[in-house]
Amino acid sequence: MQQETYNYRVVRQFAVMTVVWGIVGMLVGVIIAAQLAFPTLTDGISWLSYGRLRPLHTNAVIFAFGGSALFATSYYVVQRTCQARLFGGPLVGFTFWGWQLIIVLAAVTLPLGITSGKEYAELEWPIDILIAVVWVCYAVVFFGTIVKRKVSHIYVANWFYGAFILTVALLHIVNSMVIPVTPTKAYSLYPGAIDAMVQWWYGHNAVGFFLTAGFLGMMYYFVPKQAGRPVYSYRLSVVHFWALISTYMWAGPHHLHYTALPDWAQSVGMLFSLILLAPSWGGMINGIMTLSGAWHKLRTDPILKFLIVSLSFYGMSTFEGPMMSIKTVNALSHYTDWTIGHVHSGALGWVAMVSVGAIYFLLPKLFGRPAMYSTRLVETHFWIATIGVVLYIASMWIAGVMQGLMWRAVNADGTLTYAFIESVERTYPYYYVRLLGGLLFLGGMFLMAFNMVKTMAGAQSADDAIHAPAAH
Amino acid sequence: MVIDMDINDFRAWHTVVLLLTFIAIVAWAYGRRRKARFDEAANLPFADDDNEAATIADINNNTGDRA
Repeated sequence: MQQETYNYRVVRQFAVMTVVWGIVGMLVGVIIAAQLAFPTLTDGISWLSYGRLRPLHTNAVIFAFGGSALFATSYYVVQRTCQARLFGGPLVGFTFWGWQLIIVLAAVTLPLGITSGKEYAELEWPIDILIAVVWVCYAVVFFGTIVKRKVSHIYVANWFYGAFILTVALLHIVNSMVIPVTPTKAYSLYPGAIDAMVQWWYGHNAVGFFLTAGFLGMMYYFVPKQAGRPVYSYRLSVVHFWALISTYMWAGPHHLHYTALPDWAQSVGMLFSLILLAPSWGGMINGIMTLSGAWHKLRTDPILKFLIVSLSFYGMSTFEGPMMSIKTVNALSHYTDWTIGHVHSGALGWVAMVSVGAIYFLLPKLFGRPAMYSTRLVETHFWIATIGVVLYIASMWIAGVMQGLMWRAVNADGTLTYAFIESVERTYPYYYVRLLGGLLFLGGMFLMAFNMVKTMAGAQSADDAIHAPAAH
Repeated sequence: MVIDMDINDFRAWHTVVLLLTFIAIVAWAYGRRRKARFDEAANLPFADDDNEAATIADINNNTGDRA
């Protein structure tokens, strides 16, 4: 009799594309870091100008690299913990090819300067509609699989993935409401400060649900699996889930401190951002303590190193975030490179490293290998990536605090002590260090790609048979 | 009787309700009766470990999964 297998085909597709888009997105990041260090680098080539490549970088790393990692792991985790093959038949393949098409469209339109100008939501309205369609199909596949599960409980990782899928649909659709004028131009439905608030409600929850809840789902499956023991406290994970999702929603206004946004809304944003420290650290502690009693595994297992160090960066950035949301701190940090350092402590240290760990876990299983081609290369990748992140965020912290202090310095007669350009000049050394950090992180991704190709070479795609539940 | 409530009363009660909800969630999650359920759920990632041994290459079968 033919045994029914899990659908690993789509997991393989997304896992491989995670590495590919990781390299593309981070390469664009390195290019724009180089442009800041050497401002005349691509002079005269409009589609290589900083203003056009920067949104390409953010879209590529968040939605192409991070998105592919989320698709790959959520499809794997929901099948394995529900003990059911993915629901939806052709919809599954559609989510893969649809998502890849969206990425290609972004890679074409953004360098051409076709943009709505909303951060992390730059893509124009026809692409936005395609995103909504693909995302709804993703939700059907994911929740359909949960409905047909063969176990009674819905594992906590699926709660986080589910919240991520539902919320991103809501955020994307509300923030993309526009009046189209031409196929490549539309105007927001919302006026003035309301538009700004909707945008940052979207923007911060993109951080909270796309870049946090989804990757916490990843953490709750892959950390226990790689550590070989169940999560430290399942009860804490339940409280973690409800506290995190109900708090994140209200933190967005901290992106609009000291703007036209009403003062009370700014204070609400600040307060909820401060409260957010509790669930964030609850989750981090829950993940790290899963290793309790098995700390020795960290010494020999580079995949576990990726996963656990990612949680350390998560803890650091979720402490830093609430601190930066305090209005008086924000008065110093806002518009400086400190923000860039904060974002990358989360994006490289947390999101990228937990994804890399999870993909290293998956690749051998998906291709029927006992392990990656070279575990030593994984170890090398880990150290290169860690040093890269540290160089990146430390240089941006120093640069940012310096910029903030220079911009606010005033002479006795009330005039500004420094011209803006003086703060730019002083920032150059830090831009060089940041470029080096970014190069190291990108270099690690090339090692990963090499290791992946070697692991796949000559391998057969291996689809695990679906677990036959024991007769009760 | 005239109910004299303005938006600030609503805000105050809203805060109280949210706090009670949070306490209820914590009490529920840490309730003794949920222990067995949660232990079972926590072990779900390991429930189908035996399958990896039974992995079959999809090249050799026809699950209809390959294009």
